[in-house]
Amino acid sequence: MKLPVYMDYNATTPCDPRVVEAMLPYFSEKFGNAASRSHAFGWEAEEAVNRARRRVADLCGATPKEIVFTSGATESDNLALKGVAEMYREKGRHIVTCVTEHKAVLDTCKRLETRGFEVTYLGVDRKGHISLDELREAIREDTILVSLMAGNNETGVLHPVHEIAAVTKEKGVLFHCDATQAIGKMEIDVRKLGIDLLSLSGHKIYGPKGIGALYVRRRNPRVRLVAQMDGGGHERGMRSGTLFVPQIVGLGEACRILSESWRDDVEHCRTLRDRLVAAIEDRLDHVTYNGDREACLPNTANLSFSYVEGESLIMGIKDVAVSSGSACTSASLEPSYVLKAHGLNDELAHSSIRFSLGRFSTEEEVDFAVEQVVKTVKKLRDMSPLYELVQEGVDLDSIDWNTH
Amino acid sequence: MAYSDKVLEHYNNPQNVGSLDKDAPDVGTGIVGAPECGDVMKLQIKVDPETGKIVQACFKTYGCGSAIASSSLATEWVKGRTLDEALEIKNTDIVEELSLPPVKIHCSVLAEDAIRAAIEDYKKKAGLGGNPEKAS
Repeated sequence: MKLPVYMDYNATTPCDPRVVEAMLPYFSEKFGNAASRSHAFGWEAEEAVNRARRRVADLCGATPKEIVFTSGATESDNLALKGVAEMYREKGRHIVTCVTEHKAVLDTCKRLETRGFEVTYLGVDRKGHISLDELREAIREDTILVSLMAGNNETGVLHPVHEIAAVTKEKGVLFHCDATQAIGKMEIDVRKLGIDLLSLSGHKIYGPKGIGALYVRRRNPRVRLVAQMDGGGHERGMRSGTLFVPQIVGLGEACRILSESWRDDVEHCRTLRDRLVAAIEDRLDHVTYNGDREACLPNTANLSFSYVEGESLIMGIKDVAVSSGSACTSASLEPSYVLKAHGLNDELAHSSIRFSLGRFSTEEEVDFAVEQVVKTVKKLRDMSPLYELVQEGVDLDSIDWNTH
Repeated sequence: MAYSDKVLEHYNNPQNVGSLDKDAPDVGTGIVGAPECGDVMKLQIKVDPETGKIVQACFKTYGCGSAIASSSLATEWVKGRTLDEALEIKNTDIVEELSLPPVKIHCSVLAEDAIRAAIEDYKKKAGLGGNPEKAS
């Protein structure tokens, strides 16, 4: 086993060796510009791009013409929201999203608010779920778009995409779904689910960084966008810029692999994730499972360890690469906004760790991580004045901390 | 984030972790910080009433590695000092010793506050007329 052990697949994944293999010829040997129509170099590149586009489309149940290549999910989200907003602004200026969305959606919404749009941010319950009734009520005459993610990056909580799509269809508004984390971890078929726009990213699915895609529905309804990048009119005018052929080939190969074997990945991740959670919960008390054990990405577990601060925990398990719900390393010292939206208090949010597993995770790595976590939590609790108070029977909420 | 070697050393081998009897007359206890801020420090001192020197110090800290290191260092530094000498320890000394980055300066402030609070508590118990207004 190689140390440190990687358990941060929701942050990024390693490229599958098959992906790298597929990309390599397109750097120096088959280097053509996919937009060059007048010679074989261009045709070769175009053919590779077409093949990749078909593979991306196949993975999510789209047609190739509905796939727009972007630099990643952040750009896809920006293009979807700003592109729709600009195109349909005469129809209405209201957008509905949710407080636990990724910053790529939330900050884009904030930007749109400065441009005359109104945004409703749906709240979530303790498990991270929105209410479909609230969604229905939030949609108004002037609503043009609902943007809700499939699976949450921090907690893995799944939104009921199919039900959301039914509501948006009934109300006649467009539905954008950020499926960056969910793609490859559950069945995502844009036709069956009724999604109008869908964002995905290469590097979360064992493909390269710097490439992503936006699915834009062409029928029932035909979704139109105003391009946010002007230039040569690439990608059917929706995203100009010379196609980064090696990255596109890599994304295509990553999608091909997933189409073939995503169920194996899911099975593998779920088994290991459940093993990890069960072992930790068995050996430590005061562990909170953040999110919903049932409606959850199969690879993700977000746990809070009461009376232990997240950053010191991460420091103690330095041979396990995970991420903390506490952004304590930034100047803001802000705990995770996602966990706070769940109603978690700051202390628990500060004490949270996200474990995210993947295709290359092993049982040995999981067992190693469990040992490290258990050992460190015990050590830090022995050092924790809060744990001591709780052991003495003191209710921490009864203490007025400011006066000390 | 990268930690200095000294922070790592204190984190891996914290000095004087533990608790003293907070009701004992020769023990002063300071608890500062708040759970929702991500840092709570408890620092205790045991004072020899004859010499007025701190003979023992210990801590328990809920917080990041820098907070743990700051409190560990603080207990090391107060030992053997008189109360007035202990009050001379400034957070900037801790920052310098541990090479804390700007985002971690609050950890050193907390450690200084904890020392002061523990001394205040001891003085109050011993009837030494501490200044209760100054308790943070």
